Amino acid sequence: MRTPTNIQERQQGRNISTNFLADRAKFVRKETVRLSRIAGAGHYSSTFSAAELLVALYYAKLNIKPLEPDWPDRDRFVLSKGHAAIGLYPILADLGFYDAELLDQYTRFDSPFGDHPDMKKVKGIDFSSGSLGHGLSVCVGLALAARMQARDHRVFCMLGDGELAEGQIWEAAMSATHFELGSLVAIIDRNGLCIDGSTEDVMSVEPLTDRFQGFGWETLRIDGHNFEQIIETLDALPPAGVGRPTVIIADTVKGRGVARMEGELNWHVGNLECDDYAAVMAELDAGLKPATWQHSK
Amino acid sequence: MSDTFDDGASQDQADFFTGVGSDRKTTEKGTPAKRMPAFILGEELADLADRDPRIAVMTADLASANRTIEFKERHPERFFNFGIAEKNMVTAAAGMAASGQIPFAASFASFLGILCAEQIRTDCAYPNLPVRLVAHHSGISMGFYGTSHHSLEDLSMMRTIAGLTVVCATDAALLRSILRGSIAHPGPIYIRLGRGRDPCVYDAPPSGFEFGKAIRLREGKDVTLIATGAQVHPTLSAAEKLAARGIQSRVLDMHTISPLDKAEVSAAAAETDAILTIEEHNITGGLGSAVAEVLVDCDRLPFARHGIPDEFAPIGPPAALYAYYRLDSDGITSRVLELLSGELRK
Repeated sequence: MRTPTNIQERQQGRNISTNFLADRAKFVRKETVRLSRIAGAGHYSSTFSAAELLVALYYAKLNIKPLEPDWPDRDRFVLSKGHAAIGLYPILADLGFYDAELLDQYTRFDSPFGDHPDMKKVKGIDFSSGSLGHGLSVCVGLALAARMQARDHRVFCMLGDGELAEGQIWEAAMSATHFELGSLVAIIDRNGLCIDGSTEDVMSVEPLTDRFQGFGWETLRIDGHNFEQIIETLDALPPAGVGRPTVIIADTVKGRGVARMEGELNWHVGNLECDDYAAVMAELDAGLKPATWQHSK
Repeated sequence: MSDTFDDGASQDQADFFTGVGSDRKTTEKGTPAKRMPAFILGEELADLADRDPRIAVMTADLASANRTIEFKERHPERFFNFGIAEKNMVTAAAGMAASGQIPFAASFASFLGILCAEQIRTDCAYPNLPVRLVAHHSGISMGFYGTSHHSLEDLSMMRTIAGLTVVCATDAALLRSILRGSIAHPGPIYIRLGRGRDPCVYDAPPSGFEFGKAIRLREGKDVTLIATGAQVHPTLSAAEKLAARGIQSRVLDMHTISPLDKAEVSAAAAETDAILTIEEHNITGGLGSAVAEVLVDCDRLPFARHGIPDEFAPIGPPAALYAYYRLDSDGITSRVLELLSGELRK
């Protein structure tokens, strides 16, 4: 098994370079393309929008021990938008939670790795997800458990913007401030699109900042593809413990990194084959170009 | 067995929301109120929590109705009122359990088993977490509060969820057995209660209680009456009335609906002449269906399911509803007579 050198570097206080993080985001996108081909279908675009956020969390923020996945004091991370698991599995392998070769069986019969993550089958997954709207409630429970056990770890939850239409999200948002869950950090991958169109056309979620502020949350809004902003925001989080929960609204581009997918509804689920596969891999190898699309805020 | 109560069909429905109800010495008009057994949920959980730091309790604005307020008084740091947001409560319980706690989440059965069916399946059962879902005031026990507050479908929904233990508390003593037995149980449990103040079948928590193992309360060879939850008490009364007519009944307290005690059902099929299931639930999908699935190979046996037909119940005081559906002891008695006379044989 691979030694989790990145985690060790961070824990020794060494800075993780932006170049290194950008390389890992490229790795996440390429693995998403590779694994989707194994499955014959994949959630490319909503994983691409979250790539920098996932990489920043796992390589530069979360206090975790890949060789001790059940360490009780670890930071928790719940991927409420479970369909981006295809981008998380390679990170967990890269950090040493399991052998990367296991991913070659992604979605094949009896594989632990499905389109949505299963905490009973995949080390490093803190909670199973797939049914949208549940993850923030899970994190409320995780944060309450930490309080009962007098632990001071954080609980991170990544939400999609489309799933904010689920009423349970707002039940959880209300309870997080009521219970003063200062250890809870929600990160919204605000990529602008759900399956049938823009969130604002299908079921508008804006004004998002005002809405969370109205629920009593510390509310931050950043560029979700800018590592400097992401790291700066994560490093400046208020102390965990009793207090206001924090939401980071990260404006992103659905499909970011592959021009044909940016802002393109039809790539929510798709399959790249043959020449298209090679062309997209080459495009990703060349590095991120300026985005071709931006959702309207 | 206590005969203090008339088939649990008290007209007093004030306790549903206040949890006080007939515990009051007098009614508002100053007349003596009928004494009822205490709703022991909060007290028993608080006792258990004295010895186990993993236990936490949550409810959805019903702390008085289900008496979890007694837990709150003794363990305020482990009590969480989620307000009227049951789905958030159930999923948060799952999150809590994922970090090593044993949460008991309590609400009306209609808003726990039915409203939160997906959260129970996806967040509690699929990850096999030790969440205990305490679904009280089940069936038609909320009487005139109407269909929104009835739960005649929850057993059907819950028993198809893989890995979810589904158990009905006969009375306070059995509820204590269930709560105590739940601590060491590895997976999620749906605990279905009646009003939580149901008339007593057991004087004390029965020794040897096990999930999935029915309790044989009475022996007889003419018919086996398989009842669950609050229907066990009137079924025992019916068995006495039947005995007076020379019909000897075996009575099973089938407290656990899933996993079902198939051996006890098979034994009843082999050793007695007929089987009737009695439940406060739609006869589609509940106890009767579970038993029928075992009996499918026993076609020689007269068998019928007694409960709520496939319809929404009218409103009314519980006593009127139990009579209407023949779920009081007279009704159960007459159903057994019909079964044995062949009227129910199809």
